[in-house]
Amino acid sequence: MGRDINVKKLKKNAFRISKVRGETASRIRITGGKISAKSMVKIAEIAEKYGDGTIFITNRQGVELLGIDMGKMDEVNQALQPIIDDMNTNQEERGAGYPASGTRNVVACPGSALCPYACYDTTDFARKMEDMIFPNNLHVKIAFTGCSNDCAKVRMDDFGIIGMTEPQYDMSRCIGCEQCVKYCQKKSVGALRVVNHKIVRDENLCIGCGVCAVYCPTRAWTRSKEHYFRVVLLGRTGKKNPRLAEDFLRWADEESILKIVKNTYAFVEEYIDPQAIEGKEHIGYIVDRVGFEEFMKWALKDVQLNEKAQVASRVYWGGKHYDRSNELI
Amino acid sequence: MGFILSREGFNEIITQLSSKYRIYAPVLKKGEGRFTDTDVVMYDFVSDPGEIEIDRKSDYSFKNVLVPFSQTLFYFAEEAVKEADFPDKDILVFLRACDMHALRRQDAIYLENGAEEDWFYRRVRDRLHFVLIGCPASFEDCFCVSMGTNRVADGYMFSVETAQDGIACDLHDEELAPLFTYQAEAVRTVVPSYAKENDTKVDVPDQVPLSIYKDPLWDEYNSRCIGCGRCTLVCPTCTCYTMEDIYYTDNGRAGERRRVQASCMIDGYSNVAGGGQYRKTKGERMRFKVLHKISDFKAKFGCNMCVGCGRCDMVCPEYISFSNCINKTAAAVRAQAEGKEGEQA
Repeated sequence: MGRDINVKKLKKNAFRISKVRGETASRIRITGGKISAKSMVKIAEIAEKYGDGTIFITNRQGVELLGIDMGKMDEVNQALQPIIDDMNTNQEERGAGYPASGTRNVVACPGSALCPYACYDTTDFARKMEDMIFPNNLHVKIAFTGCSNDCAKVRMDDFGIIGMTEPQYDMSRCIGCEQCVKYCQKKSVGALRVVNHKIVRDENLCIGCGVCAVYCPTRAWTRSKEHYFRVVLLGRTGKKNPRLAEDFLRWADEESILKIVKNTYAFVEEYIDPQAIEGKEHIGYIVDRVGFEEFMKWALKDVQLNEKAQVASRVYWGGKHYDRSNELI
Repeated sequence: MGFILSREGFNEIITQLSSKYRIYAPVLKKGEGRFTDTDVVMYDFVSDPGEIEIDRKSDYSFKNVLVPFSQTLFYFAEEAVKEADFPDKDILVFLRACDMHALRRQDAIYLENGAEEDWFYRRVRDRLHFVLIGCPASFEDCFCVSMGTNRVADGYMFSVETAQDGIACDLHDEELAPLFTYQAEAVRTVVPSYAKENDTKVDVPDQVPLSIYKDPLWDEYNSRCIGCGRCTLVCPTCTCYTMEDIYYTDNGRAGERRRVQASCMIDGYSNVAGGGQYRKTKGERMRFKVLHKISDFKAKFGCNMCVGCGRCDMVCPEYISFSNCINKTAAAVRAQAEGKEGEQA
């Protein structure tokens, strides 16, 4: 008997179409790239039992279980339930697997749970974000990175959240060893200089990476109690115009960022190309079409930014425009 | 005289003592650690007795009360000089047994090293009174037992430590008896706890021959050490400082002289006129520091400089262990001695 499969439904249910007819792959969300060892074992068991015994680690920190027969999707969904429960992933119906796949797995670097440089708990913020936006069919990519090193490569995403700390300077503890100056120069932007044996920070140049606080031997430099964030917007890969995300906010707060992302979903629903193939259009192309000011109006609606936050008045993107020219220079 | 206090009772006693003393004690500084959302225990003048941390080992030492990281000594303007103000109030310092021993090392350098006492040190030193923090258990990295600094018999007004029935205090200052009696939950004999054994043990060589200078044992530190100086800045016995004259930028005819702590591990310490530098490599600096702590100071003052508090081991970002280095030095000294005996035979 021929297979009668609703492919739209299959994709929405986080399965993939394989080039091998009748085969699929199950895509598992691992929010912020962190999963319990127990769930990892479960994943391996499902791959062994229903798939070809291999697991693909995706670029967005999820996993895909390959070589699953399409006839087994219901069983796989049942088997996924303990993992979905363990990750606390929002669901519409128990035992039915993932209710959407458009909004992609939320990515995070290891963050302050591990990394000495990270300025906040990336996994924690990623989970708050996931809880707010998932499930949703709109094609949205969000990534979190602990500091300006950007190990999570968040400038390839629609929203990139980069951790910042505001260095606090206690002059009475400073011995003028100038290690902060050296490390800021070598590892960061060179925002520190020496005046009368003490340190002066260029507040505008400082990117809040926290390197001074890491290397200060006396705790003259410490981190701010508040965690701050740089938000970069609408980077993307793709065939038309791949580009890096550009700065939108700096010294912003968590609550405002959550609200801005939520607002952006409303913006996309309003302006997405009705002819978009499978309802999938990068937000950046929508903004290119309707204008940055209109996007700002939607994104910042009812957002009460913290006092320190600064907003870009205009954002310009670059990147390669394959849709205009494919010439090599 | 021994007393058991509730934390509230203890806090009340400190509040009462605050009228007479400035209280200098280890305080848990939330979020002020090196890494995100980490804490650090540092010494500070406390206004709220609830801040006093007696259960953890402080990451930095008490020595900053005597020699702050950065201190203005005096101001100058044209012909006039004015000494920086200093609060006219005695200071009550909370510290552990190892730190009481460290104080003697500080005294040796600042008061007994040469003909002149250090006036700015003496000015504070005369105002210091002590509260001994007992050590019911050794902390990780402590090696006070090996250094013989795990215990003090006297020299404190009272002791404090967390016991099963409350905060246990051994009161030495009889004048405070009414205050303690009023706040006490119970009266019983209290003997301040001290570490009887540490996991870390060191073997300090009795004599270190000059030939140890050329031993390859120091070489590993050339690449391991980053020269950050954290080990010396947290050390309760390091005493090095440098002087800085500051001329105010909007008026070059007035300024101040500051004393700031220096470190033999940090670049620039051994620089001399003409571009010379006595100890260029990190290995040489490590050698200088280690031998000062366990040999050179002893030759002059009769006791080891190091008191085995282990703070240097706790703070090193490169996991260089000073206690391990002492043992490596001892092994090298033994190996050299055995080699010599072999040559003679």
